[in-house]
Amino acid sequence: MDRRRTLQWMLAASAAMPLLARRVLGEGEPAAHGEGAPVAPTAHGYGTDPDLTKIYHPGDLWPLTLTRAQRRTAAALCDAIIPADTHSVSASGAGVVDFLDEWVSAPYPAQHEDRALILEGLLWMDAESSRRFAKQFADLGESSQHAICDDVCYEKKAQPQFAVAARFFARYRDLTAGGFYTSPEGRKDLGYVGNVPLLKFSGPPPEVLRKVGLIPPA
Amino acid sequence: MQKNYDVIVVGSGAAGGQSAYTLCMEGARVLMLEAGRKYSPESETPMFQTPDQAPLRGGSTEDKRFGFYDATVDGGWTVPGEPYVRSTEDPGGRFDWWRARMLGGRTNHWGRISLRNGPYDFKPHSRDGLGMDWPITYDDVAPYYDKVEMLIGVYGASDGLENTPNSPSGCLLPPPAPLVSDLLTQQRAARLGIPIVAVHRAVLTQQLDFRRAPALLHPGNLKAQKIIAADMQRRAACFWATPCGRGCSIRANYQSTTVHLPPASATGNLHILTDAMVREVRLHDSGLAQGVTFIDKTDGSVHSVAARVVVLAASACETVRILLNSKSARFPQGLANSSGKVGRYLMDTVGSSLSGQIPLLESLPPQNEDGAGGEHVYAPWWLYQQQHAGKLDFARGYHIEMGGGKQMPGVGTMKGAEWLTAGSYGRKFKEDARRYYGSFVGFAGRGEMIPNEQSYCEIDPTVKDKWGIPVLRFHWQWSQHETRQAAHMQKTFAAIIEAMGGRVKDGPTLDGAKAISPGGFIIHEVGGAIMGADKERSVTNQWCQTWDVKNLFLTDGAVFVSNADKNPTLTIMALAWRSADRILDLMRRKEL
Repeated sequence: MDRRRTLQWMLAASAAMPLLARRVLGEGEPAAHGEGAPVAPTAHGYGTDPDLTKIYHPGDLWPLTLTRAQRRTAAALCDAIIPADTHSVSASGAGVVDFLDEWVSAPYPAQHEDRALILEGLLWMDAESSRRFAKQFADLGESSQHAICDDVCYEKKAQPQFAVAARFFARYRDLTAGGFYTSPEGRKDLGYVGNVPLLKFSGPPPEVLRKVGLIPPA
Repeated sequence: MQKNYDVIVVGSGAAGGQSAYTLCMEGARVLMLEAGRKYSPESETPMFQTPDQAPLRGGSTEDKRFGFYDATVDGGWTVPGEPYVRSTEDPGGRFDWWRARMLGGRTNHWGRISLRNGPYDFKPHSRDGLGMDWPITYDDVAPYYDKVEMLIGVYGASDGLENTPNSPSGCLLPPPAPLVSDLLTQQRAARLGIPIVAVHRAVLTQQLDFRRAPALLHPGNLKAQKIIAADMQRRAACFWATPCGRGCSIRANYQSTTVHLPPASATGNLHILTDAMVREVRLHDSGLAQGVTFIDKTDGSVHSVAARVVVLAASACETVRILLNSKSARFPQGLANSSGKVGRYLMDTVGSSLSGQIPLLESLPPQNEDGAGGEHVYAPWWLYQQQHAGKLDFARGYHIEMGGGKQMPGVGTMKGAEWLTAGSYGRKFKEDARRYYGSFVGFAGRGEMIPNEQSYCEIDPTVKDKWGIPVLRFHWQWSQHETRQAAHMQKTFAAIIEAMGGRVKDGPTLDGAKAISPGGFIIHEVGGAIMGADKERSVTNQWCQTWDVKNLFLTDGAVFVSNADKNPTLTIMALAWRSADRILDLMRRKEL
């Protein structure tokens, strides 16, 4: 985080923020939880000729780096974005926290950029929760979580003091959705029914054509 | 490795595969040199793997630009240890060069769109005074388009549209049924006068006609007929799942590695050396090509091989690079370059895209829309008459590729959806995802670039790759014909989306210079060693045979004189087959 962005975040967050932000910047010692401060990943990528037929899991190719505290906040936030409902499990229930950890720990430039935004953003969520409710985000009830999320969920409408947090939230929601909808549970939730061999491809069934107005109603 | 090869073929993709196939089937002994590693689609293709089984859910990285499961091995717009140079940092002068270092080259991952050039496309200068004419006509190439379509398997239809040739009966396979988004696009685009018809793609919608086709492909050659009939029976038809860009382990789509190389190898006439990076073509005192020098990438050792004929099919720019690096007293500016035209008239395709969200396609019942693993329909260029009458502010046409449907969700699903959801999260977000999934359509224009004097490549004076081979330096410039065409694409796509009742997130990009993809991004680079009727102004004759060295042939896109909107691969193969027939003929007559 450069100085300009640090200031933006500080303006947007509570007085607790500068202290917390130092963890991200790697300036301070590990904080209260007794867990290591996140370090920038130094691992290598999978290269230009990986085995494509193998099944990979987060952590197989480069170490995961989120602390237990970060994962706790990450899980709470991705479940606020994609909670369990009558159709499917929550984001964390579909393995999205592992995916997010893999993502922010990955040795590629785009992921490095996301890492900075996301680690800062998770800190901000907790700082903001502490400021408003004297609790960590993960310990808030749904209505309190929503009170914070409502202020940052729509970048275009966010108040200026929430502008940076809203940018973080938008990116975090993108990644949460990307992780969730690529999981078997997420694919099923969307009604994706492909990736199976067929003898014949017949095109859209009549009820679909009818709904779109390409054939007259039955 | 034997010592008595008839032909050395450098490269194993569409051009090298076709050259080797035709030569081997007709009895020539061929040594194929491929700079990349051996590659087996049957065992290496991730057919049913899902994004959750891949690192980063299969998304794009520096190592795999088109995502983890893209078939490309050791390739992309950058290749480690094999740099190239741009002459300028100016974004308008940007050219990016995609390579794949693997057996079969880029045919393993390509889009499989297989369109014939039309009659106009071979005589563009005669029609509008721009660019140059080819030394051949559509009728010269048509019999080879027929053969390639019958050999590799192309689905499509003959619609009788202007400059969009029909295929004779028996050449094409039936096209797949359109998706609902295709049908809606077709209905609404028709109101704008834009015809949407079956695209032509190299995917088997049914088994090839192994009873009839072999005799047409290899008349009088019973051995070749038997080999190809057997191989056609070993290729399965598409089972309507898995994206073609991953390659195809059941050999239902065309890649050189599954279509050209197996029958060519079955003749016993083909020897393939992989990890063989060709540095130069060696010239004999007689003025003929003696053979090539290559580096064995596994140990860095340098080898020379000889043959009666050398075919360069290394991809347009790599072929140019080999020529320019093959310097001799006779050819101080590079081999076969007495015209000074080697490296000149580099072209790519004009590309621009736009997607829209279509309320009519929201919340449709689940249905399997995987289809043929790529496009089912497209819009051929439809404004030939208006353009010819001077009613457009750019000279050449484009076709429209399109896609939609409930495709396999990816890491970008619901990305940036705030403009639709007003920032929803929680249970509402999940409802929104169900509503919008499958309601997007994407349009990509693919248009003709006119060759110009400012777009070319040459050898950089200082930079070398890790094998010590001097690298290319690219110069690039679009003309207003291309940038205005890109702006026209944007306006057209926005109009189609609007006619579908849809909406576009940020609106079309009306500044053509911003709307156009950088050079090389569409990966249709051709030219650099054009064919022609005049040896002062071209590098090869109509047979892809260099004017200066009669046993040296260039069968890849380097010889293209123009780059019609039609994707170049089918034409590369047709010209390579035609050139191989000429080589065989000249060898039989002892003229080579």
